[in-house]
Amino acid sequence: MPQLGESVVEGTIGTWLKAVGDRVEKYEPLVEVVTDKVNTEIPSPVSGVVQAILVEAGTTVPVGTPIAVLAADAEDGGEHASGTGKTGGAPFAAVLAPTGDGSGATARPAAASVAGAGAPLPRGVYSPLVRRLAAEYGVDLRQVPGTGAGGRVTKRDVLAFVEGQGLSVPPGKPAVTASGVVTAPLAPSMGPAAAAPDPRAFPGAAAGLDDLVIPADPMRRAIAQRMSQSKQTVPHAWTMVEVDVTPLVALRERAKEDFHRREGVSLTYVPFFIKAVVESLKEFPHLNASWQDDRIVVKKRIHIGVAVGLEDGLVVPVIRDADRLSISGLARSLADLVGRARAGKLTVDDVQGATFTVNNTGAFGSVASYPIISPPQAAIITMEAIVRRPVVIGDAIGIRCMMNVCLSFDHRVTDGLYAGRFLQSVKRRLEAIGPDTPLY
Amino acid sequence: MREAETPVAIKTLLEAIRDALAEEMRRDERVFVLGEDVGRRGGVFRVTQGLIDEFGPARVLDTPLAESLIVGAAIGAAAYGLRPVAEIQFADFIHPAMDQIINEAAKIRYRSNGAWGCPIVVRAPYGGGVHGALYHSQSVEALFYHVPGLKIVAPATPYDAKGLLKAAIRDPDPVLFFEHKKAYRSVRGEVPDEDYVLPIGKADVKRAGEHLTVITYGYNVHLCLEAAERLSREEGIEAEVIDLRTLLPIDRETILASAKKTGRVMISHEDTKTGGIGAELAAIIAEEALFYLDAPIVRVAPPDVHPMPFNGRLEAAFMPTVEQQYTAMRDLARL
Repeated sequence: MPQLGESVVEGTIGTWLKAVGDRVEKYEPLVEVVTDKVNTEIPSPVSGVVQAILVEAGTTVPVGTPIAVLAADAEDGGEHASGTGKTGGAPFAAVLAPTGDGSGATARPAAASVAGAGAPLPRGVYSPLVRRLAAEYGVDLRQVPGTGAGGRVTKRDVLAFVEGQGLSVPPGKPAVTASGVVTAPLAPSMGPAAAAPDPRAFPGAAAGLDDLVIPADPMRRAIAQRMSQSKQTVPHAWTMVEVDVTPLVALRERAKEDFHRREGVSLTYVPFFIKAVVESLKEFPHLNASWQDDRIVVKKRIHIGVAVGLEDGLVVPVIRDADRLSISGLARSLADLVGRARAGKLTVDDVQGATFTVNNTGAFGSVASYPIISPPQAAIITMEAIVRRPVVIGDAIGIRCMMNVCLSFDHRVTDGLYAGRFLQSVKRRLEAIGPDTPLY
Repeated sequence: MREAETPVAIKTLLEAIRDALAEEMRRDERVFVLGEDVGRRGGVFRVTQGLIDEFGPARVLDTPLAESLIVGAAIGAAAYGLRPVAEIQFADFIHPAMDQIINEAAKIRYRSNGAWGCPIVVRAPYGGGVHGALYHSQSVEALFYHVPGLKIVAPATPYDAKGLLKAAIRDPDPVLFFEHKKAYRSVRGEVPDEDYVLPIGKADVKRAGEHLTVITYGYNVHLCLEAAERLSREEGIEAEVIDLRTLLPIDRETILASAKKTGRVMISHEDTKTGGIGAELAAIIAEEALFYLDAPIVRVAPPDVHPMPFNGRLEAAFMPTVEQQYTAMRDLARL
């Protein structure tokens, strides 16, 4: 089971696209894998024949579990021989378990998407410190995304991973032997059962005969795990401001038809909101940050996660470098991501790396909400429903379009004064929008 | 209410050394200086200027142009109970005195079974960047680093220079005191008028940081500090800069604590790379802190060629720069 994204620890076999005995070409789709984030077709790492299917459709297994055995063609197999130890002219087995240290060839697609660009060090080459930390915390380093040069796993990566998994206290004494060999636990022990917070059973929680029991699908379990972890480990603080968006409403009313005709996508309020948020993040960068091991890591780049509600769940695709986009650029990017989210066509890259999240809770009529931060981000902001309300302006009362903006922030990273100033900045920018605000 | 504090004087490295010499000579009449042109001329760099007027030619001794004699006479005077401070005009010319330093001064304590010390200080201006060419630019510390029985001090700031030179003069064993020529007049800092002594063998964390450790000494301390400030400003990377101050004995405790804290170590010196102080530091860290390292140890030093070209551009190419330190620090932090 390949690793299909940061923090993904397991995958469910969707559909086998080949049966035992079928011939498969290198890079030809072999199996569909469903994770809590995306559905992906896994290409065959070699040309050959499917010899055995080890995990049936619908079964969920931890990352790193062998799921099939391929008998590779001899000439193609040469470059993949490392995973099996077999050599010679006869066809040999290539086990499709692409995250092991030795199976470099099959691991490449997954590893590349995690590690990013650059020529990575061979997987399995770690600094002495990283090996020691892995032993202390019982971390399987093959699951840790590397952010060092060429995707190298560094101390910071291990500690961030440990924090993300809730393994804040070393579970046992260091497992470094006298010869320096590190014996870290294998992949299966790092499954969600070990990683998830203790699911305490409340009295009366057991299902009765007349209750309907629905097994949680991977997305639901991922949401449950991440939200529990966030609420249990991140001290949330919450604050809200009122914003007068009357001029924004007028601008959009005036521009939306023309915009749709020219651009082919709708002009919603969201791009205006994101733009105000990213400009304010530039001014208050400590909210585009992350709490890590008694340090604040301030992110220089701004990647905005946009929560998209689905009928049966929630995905948060990411607009990368949102600070480099105009209103129309944001609108196009949003339309693309939302469309693909609803069609179930997001890729792994689409849903990871957000540094800050925007949630348009107004879309379902909310006027105030208390969003849960998505770690390791430091904050999440909502735009609530725009409501026409009587408002005191000077000594008069007028009908204005009012919108609440709510912010949950990690109180370890910053405090109310800073967060309040950030919200005032968002408010000021939204209220400054006028007929002349450029859309391009 | 405290009375208003008198402002601490800002002095050059050279002035701080002169203060230390004069104060020690006033404090202890056994202390005297000897060397080429140290008397009426006040030394080629004017470090001893004015001392002959206050202390007279018997305690500010002009010597022949013979380094073996300068150190040899100092050793004899020390055996007689005095506290000589010998000046070698340029560290490049210390080699004629090698035998006296290594075979005599360094070994007296051992060969007398602890009965005799050799309380001499050998001061020597070293280092390049002053257009001194081949024989007025060398760094010679590594040549003596291998010798048990010696202490080697190389201060970077005026404050440290005064406190450490006083400690060297009061030390019961031989101390080589290397003074960077480029720092003599270009480095200024607060130097209190009062008598103070800094411990030999103790490094100083000149800048605290968490992302990487930079170990250096001499003029390079200032290059590394400037690079560290820029790195903090531009990249948010916080380098911990350790000024060794004493090269022998080395302050293992401070070095290892910092290496264990940051997991990334860069060693920077102006002396050439092979067999330099950095090699020993890297070995100590590898021996005692390997399992705390998150990246390979990096040494930043000039190429293994003869310092120093007379040609100005080639001299500049040899000398360490802030940019070079900056790049190496940044790359190590990102590795």
